[in-house]
Formats: sequence, C-alpha cells, structure tokens
Amino acid sequence: MSSETSSLDRFVSPARRELWYRSYRRFANQPMSVVGLVIVVGIILAAVFAPYIAPYPEHAGTFTDFTNAFQQPSLDHPFGTDDVGRDIFTRVLFGYRIALTLVAVVLGIGVPTGVMLGLVAGYTGGWIDTIIMRITDTFLAIPPLVLALAIASAFEPTLEIAMFAIASLWWTWYARLARGLAASQVSEEYIQAAKISGASTPHILFREILPNCLSPLLVKATLDAGIVVLTGASLSFIGLGVQPPRPGLGTMVANGTQYLPTEWWITVLPGFAIFVLVMGFNMLGDGLRDLFDVEVEQ
Amino acid sequence: MTRVGQLLRRLSGMVASLLGLSVLIFVISRVLPGNPARLALGAMASEQQVEQFAAEMGLNGPLSAQYIEYMRRLLVGDLGQSLQTRNPVVEDLVTKLPATFELISLAFGFMVVLGIPLGILAAQHRGGAVDNVTRFFAFATVSVPSFLVGIVFQLVFGYYLNWFPITGRLSSAYGEEVVRTTGFMLVDTLLSGSFAAHVDAWAHLLLPALALSFSGMGQVIRITRSSMIDVEGKDYIEATRAYGLPSWLVVNKYSLKNAFVPTLTILGLQYAWLLSGAFVIEIVYSWPGVAKYGVQSVLTSDVNAIVGVTMLIGVVFVTVNLIVDVLASVLDPRVGLAGDNR
Repeated sequence: MSSETSSLDRFVSPARRELWYRSYRRFANQPMSVVGLVIVVGIILAAVFAPYIAPYPEHAGTFTDFTNAFQQPSLDHPFGTDDVGRDIFTRVLFGYRIALTLVAVVLGIGVPTGVMLGLVAGYTGGWIDTIIMRITDTFLAIPPLVLALAIASAFEPTLEIAMFAIASLWWTWYARLARGLAASQVSEEYIQAAKISGASTPHILFREILPNCLSPLLVKATLDAGIVVLTGASLSFIGLGVQPPRPGLGTMVANGTQYLPTEWWITVLPGFAIFVLVMGFNMLGDGLRDLFDVEVEQ
Repeated sequence: MTRVGQLLRRLSGMVASLLGLSVLIFVISRVLPGNPARLALGAMASEQQVEQFAAEMGLNGPLSAQYIEYMRRLLVGDLGQSLQTRNPVVEDLVTKLPATFELISLAFGFMVVLGIPLGILAAQHRGGAVDNVTRFFAFATVSVPSFLVGIVFQLVFGYYLNWFPITGRLSSAYGEEVVRTTGFMLVDTLLSGSFAAHVDAWAHLLLPALALSFSGMGQVIRITRSSMIDVEGKDYIEATRAYGLPSWLVVNKYSLKNAFVPTLTILGLQYAWLLSGAFVIEIVYSWPGVAKYGVQSVLTSDVNAIVGVTMLIGVVFVTVNLIVDVLASVLDPRVGLAGDNR
C-alpha cells in the first residue's frame, strides 16, 4: 500500500489526493448514489455482454416457438415469455443495448454540438450570441417529445430515425448551459490573464473555460441520460421508434398491451426494466450533483 | 430596464421563437417523402385531381412562395383539411382541445395537492424516515415511463379492483343523454342534468389524470422541499419562532409564502410539460384529445394535422412560460422578466 501511494505522490500533490479522498468519502456516504452507480454500471455491462450472458440469445430477433408462448415468469424464463414464445429477459437485455446506444448517440452528438455553440455564444456575445440563442429558443418552444414525433413522422419509422430526431433536438439544453457558464467566466481573472498573454480564442474556449464547466456538464448529462431513455421509449411505445422484431423496450411494452390483463408480464416487466435504468441514471446524477455542488436546471 | 420594456422584450422573443418554430415545422412537413396530395386522395385519384388538390393545399411553386402561403394561412387560422378525418384541422382541434385541457388540468390539480404537502412534510422531517421515503418517491416519479404508470393503474384499479373504467371519457350508456355544449365532459354532463353521467365522467378522468400527474410530481416535491429548507434558515423565520408562534403557523404562513415563488415557477413549467406527457397517456387511455389526434396524424402522415397540433402546442407552451415568468416577477419583484439572464 505504502509503495503504491509513494509512486502516486510523484504525480499528485497530497492536497489534491486529500480532495479526491474526501470526494470519494462524500459520494460513498450517500447510499442512493452508490446504488445508482451500481445499477448503471451493472446494466451497461449486461448490455455489452448480452450475447454471452442472455439465457436465449437467439430470442432477440424473429425467433418463434409457439409451444412456449405466454409462459409465466419462472426459473427458466425469469420475465416469462411473449406471444411468440421468446424469453422476455433475453429481449430486455438486448433492449438495454438499444436504449444505451440511443443515449450514447444522442448525448455524443448533442453535448459537443451544444457545448461548442454555447461557449462561442457566451464568450463572444453580440450578434453571434443573439443568433445562436434565438435558434436555441426556437427548439425550446415545444416539448422535445412532440417535436421528435413531428420529425420522425417525415420518415419511415425506424430506430435510426428516432435517434436522429432526438439527437437533433438535444443540443439546445447544452448550448444554454454552456453559454451561461461561459458568460459567467468571461470576467474572471484567469481569462483576463490568458487574453493578455496572447492566447487564441479557441485556446481560451476549450483549454481555459471548458475545463471549468465540466462538472455541471457531467451532472446534466447523467441526469439527461435518463430523460433520453424515456423519450426514446415513449417514441417506440407510440410506434415511431424501434420496430418489431427488434427488442426495443418501449416497443415490447406496446406489443404486450393487447394481452392485458392476463399476460401482464409481457407489458409490465419490460416497462419496469426501463424504470430501473432511468432510476439508476437519476440517482447517480443526483449524487454527482451533491458531490460537485452544482445547480443544473432540468 | 423598465418592467414594460422587459415585458415587450420578452414578448418579441416569444414571437421570434414561434416564427422559428413555424419555419422548422414547414421544413419538416415539406420533407415528407411521397406526394402529400397523392397520399390524401389515394391511389384511385387521377393525375389532374392530384394537381388540383396540391394547388389548393399550397403545395406548388417554389419553396419561398410556399412558405409565404403557409404563413398566410397560419396567421388567418386556416390550417387546411385533415387528410384523416376530412374535417378542417382547426375544427378538429377545437373539438378535441377541451378533453386534453380537462385531463391536464386535473393532473395539475393532483400535482399541487399531492406534491406540495409532500414537499413540506419532507422539509419538516429533514433527514428522517419521512424525508427519505418522499425522496425515493420523488425519484421514482421522474424515472418511471408514464405509459407504465398508466398501464399499472389500469391493471390494478381497472381490471383487478374494478373501481374505475379503463378507457374513454364516458360510458356508452350515457352517450345518448349527454349533449355536447362546451366539450368539457364534467360541465356537459351537469348541463344535461344527469348526475350519474357526471359521476361517470369523473370516474373516467381520475386514473389518466393521476397517471399523468406522476410525470411532474417529483420535481414539485423536490423544489418545494428545497425552497422550504432555504427559507427555514432565514432570520425572519427565526424571529417568528422566537416570538413563540406555533410551528404550524410559522410553516403555513411565513415559510410557505416565501418558499412559494420557486415552486410556482416549477408548477407553471410542469403545466406546459403535461401537454407532452399527454401524448403517451391519451394513447394508453384512448382519451379523445389533441395529443391522441396528434399521434394518429403522425402515424398516418397527415401533414396539415401535424402542423396544426405542433403549432398549437408550441403556442400554448410558450404562452404558459410567459405567464409563469410574469407571475413570478409580480410575486417577487427581485425576479427579473428579461429572457437574457438565462
């Protein structure tokens, strides 16, 4: 133990190490955040390794086995089987893959785009700021689910279109957040110092301002991941997202409603799976918010 | 800046957002693959009929001219004909709006009468078991997909307990005697003089409204709790306690009043967000409102109806946000109106 820490000492000052340790203690002391972290990491691992750990990997697609249709949850089929005899637990694991891909694509496009626009708007001000924020306001003039529906309606409904529709809306919040953060930093002394020493605008934006905005952005992105999952699931539930036989979680819920109330598990358990994932993201995000002590509007 | 100046600035921003939204929706509606006129008339229509219909709908000519025509129609409230119902879109919206309004208003009521007391309770028992349970509940409501809440309520209170009807606005038994006058079922049933039908309308409304209210409940609980705790620490609250005022008076009169502005802001925003939630809940409960109409128009590529529904929701959303800001700044003059401090 002591040899490890001494090798670390060469890179990390004791004060900083103390800070990390305290942050870790603070995070670990909140049971909800730890549970959130465990849920999110667990589900990500399960989704990544779904083809290896799912009990019936072949059930993720068009497989049918009518002799085993409508089986109640049991040891063989923890979540039961659906109307064509597929194992619902397997399909939920593959559904998580789709949900997490959606999160990665939407935030992967939305966060960098929004942050870049927001930083530029907040730092430069003037007419550039006005134009960028006007466009942002336009997108914020309507709930994202409604606009995503309108966009998705223009195309054949598929998972890819749903991703595109949601991703094209999601940058706006990050633009607003980054703009506020950048505007608040502009008058700080370290920015003045960088300017005087001749740093270029991109350098100031991305090397000076951005690192100081990371914690609110991280908190916002974690909390947002849950909302993206819910939006995607709602689109699929309505019929404009993932199409059967692909195992979208919202699609599975919608498909199951015709077998209510007797075969409730076909509907309720995939729905519950969505809930667990979103809850994980929210608990984790809330813990990070307390940890970094930042306020982010939702 | 003066208050009037701020208000004007805010209004111009609102108009600009709606103009932007109209451009966005115009682009979306013109991207639709296939000829909307052909879609509307069906495969049997002749080429000439399709041409004529396209001209009527303003689908010919260069895009700029099309946009001007589209804006002209929007401004005079002519949204064209729904391809699905064959009625003018405006007529469809007017028919369906009361159902949605009734639904989101009761959901809002649930959010207020359940969310605020839970928030106060959590603040009073800060750190205790009540606080933790409430916190978990708040988390659960923002994390659960609203279709799951809707379906579970249907299962438990509809199918198993048989307390409430599962879908629709009114039992067919009363269909004859209730005359549509206002479109609000709770009002129309009373006007028709049938108390039994009135009770039936309530029974249909309760489950979807409660399910819908869940989507915003967590936010309301959390903001009430945190603003109550903020206020608790203030000197004037200490002072009221030092005077020996009873705790319930301090909480209900002094703390709540001052904690109310942030809560009001969240409540207002949530009212607008309920419109979004309605898109799922109206489908689950076959509720014949604007949101269900919107979903059906999206599924059938009914261009005019899509434009109508999205613009309507944009207008309501932006207007509610403005009203909330004005109210908040009236209640607490320290809160500015200008949109530029966002």
